[in-house]
Amino acid sequence: MELYLDLHSQPCRSVYLLAKRTGIPFTFKSVDLSAGQQFGEDFGKVSVVRKVPAMKDGDFILTESVAILQYMVEKFPQLVPGHWYPSDLQRRALVNEFLSWQHTALRAHGSKVFWFRAVVPVVTGVAVPKEKMDSALEDLKQTMDLFQSKFLKDSSFIAGEEVSLADLVAIVEIMQPVGTGLDVFEGQPALSAWRERVKKVIGEELFDEAHKSIMNVDFLAKTFQDNGMLEFLKPRINKMFT
Amino acid sequence: MALEIYLDLFSQPCRSVYIFAKKNNIPFEFKKISLLEGQQYGEDFGKINMMRKAPAIRDGDFCLAESVAIMQYLAEKFQTPAHWYPSDLQQRARVNEYLSWQHMAIRMHGSKIFWLRLLIPKIMGVEVPQDKMDGALEDLNGSLKLVEDKFLQDRPFIAGEQVSLADLVAIVEIMQPVGSGLDVFESRPRLAAWRERVRVAVGTELFDEAHKDILAAQEMVKNMDASKMQVFKPKILKLFL
Repeated sequence: MELYLDLHSQPCRSVYLLAKRTGIPFTFKSVDLSAGQQFGEDFGKVSVVRKVPAMKDGDFILTESVAILQYMVEKFPQLVPGHWYPSDLQRRALVNEFLSWQHTALRAHGSKVFWFRAVVPVVTGVAVPKEKMDSALEDLKQTMDLFQSKFLKDSSFIAGEEVSLADLVAIVEIMQPVGTGLDVFEGQPALSAWRERVKKVIGEELFDEAHKSIMNVDFLAKTFQDNGMLEFLKPRINKMFT
Repeated sequence: MALEIYLDLFSQPCRSVYIFAKKNNIPFEFKKISLLEGQQYGEDFGKINMMRKAPAIRDGDFCLAESVAIMQYLAEKFQTPAHWYPSDLQQRARVNEYLSWQHMAIRMHGSKIFWLRLLIPKIMGVEVPQDKMDGALEDLNGSLKLVEDKFLQDRPFIAGEQVSLADLVAIVEIMQPVGSGLDVFESRPRLAAWRERVRVAVGTELFDEAHKDILAAQEMVKNMDASKMQVFKPKILKLFL
């Protein structure tokens, strides 16, 4: 199995973490997003959508982290304990409900804050206008509040007392804005406690390893310049604001 | 207590859940939520779904939101025919891949077109600037191209030979811009052929019934009282303008 990954990307991290944690054998195929490798000819043969993560299992190619995670759980029952995607009807529904909701909520708002804080200023040379930044931060805050009040509630994990794919996807998305220096856990003891529980299940070392690149986004400026990506990113960023 | 499904058939994810439940003869109580009248913000509905969105279900004590999760739940609970959510590893993966991709692609782009063409001019009283409309159309065309070139290719349905949740979710989203008067099928014969296959697989009567409101949207929106829809203004300014 080949996993096409760039650990700057949240969905790449969830796929990487599940595979490593459960011992699923795979080859790490690096796709450097900061160098635009997703648009190269080679990767184009893997995925026309030009996004990571992507999985190649023999001849079978699959995109979308949620689908890849579900596939890995199903294909390797001897490696992946059942709690990752519980078979109990209601517990599984809670996992699925989160996995569906997160695309346009945690993922969208966390990514936007990441782009506004770490990418846009580097590419355009100017900070994002205060009004837009405040609006993005407010959206993230509301999403985080909803995450806690609806998805976490008083349980240890999203689906109950055991960790699942939902927590994995949640944590990697929440870590994205954290990587820019925005500590969303500050003043949030319940959320912090959940994070520690998830980290413990994954393994501190593995968790930190997966998040190493995102926690060092100061390097992005130089990386983009070295890779000649600034001109490429500018129109994309303009579109984000229109 | 019977299964309650909270629906507004103006909403794409409500249509997929409705069609799925009816097609599979799942017994349920249709609880109408009028989104454009803001009923999702009522106190009672808040107890069903604090996210204030439709569709939502209440099955005994168990409440669930998110159309994809709801259909996966109903498929399992009522043991619907396997083709809806195949057990074959790769076929299921194809369905899951589409169900995941569509949130930030065809759903987002189709919804935006519906708002830009119909709802925003009504609520804000102005036409949307051409460059924004062009940008939105470009995005929708890009998503439609992926539906055809990646998800369908030369297969009759997304997962292969039979209709699945993926096709159902796809078709209801694609019908949204159609409801705004944009016939996306006109220049896309392959997509139109697929639409007919899905319509037949689901049952033409059921399909047409589910889409009656959205296909009458232009007329309905024209007759709506804009002053009662001002609650949507901040959302519009934030998301679209």
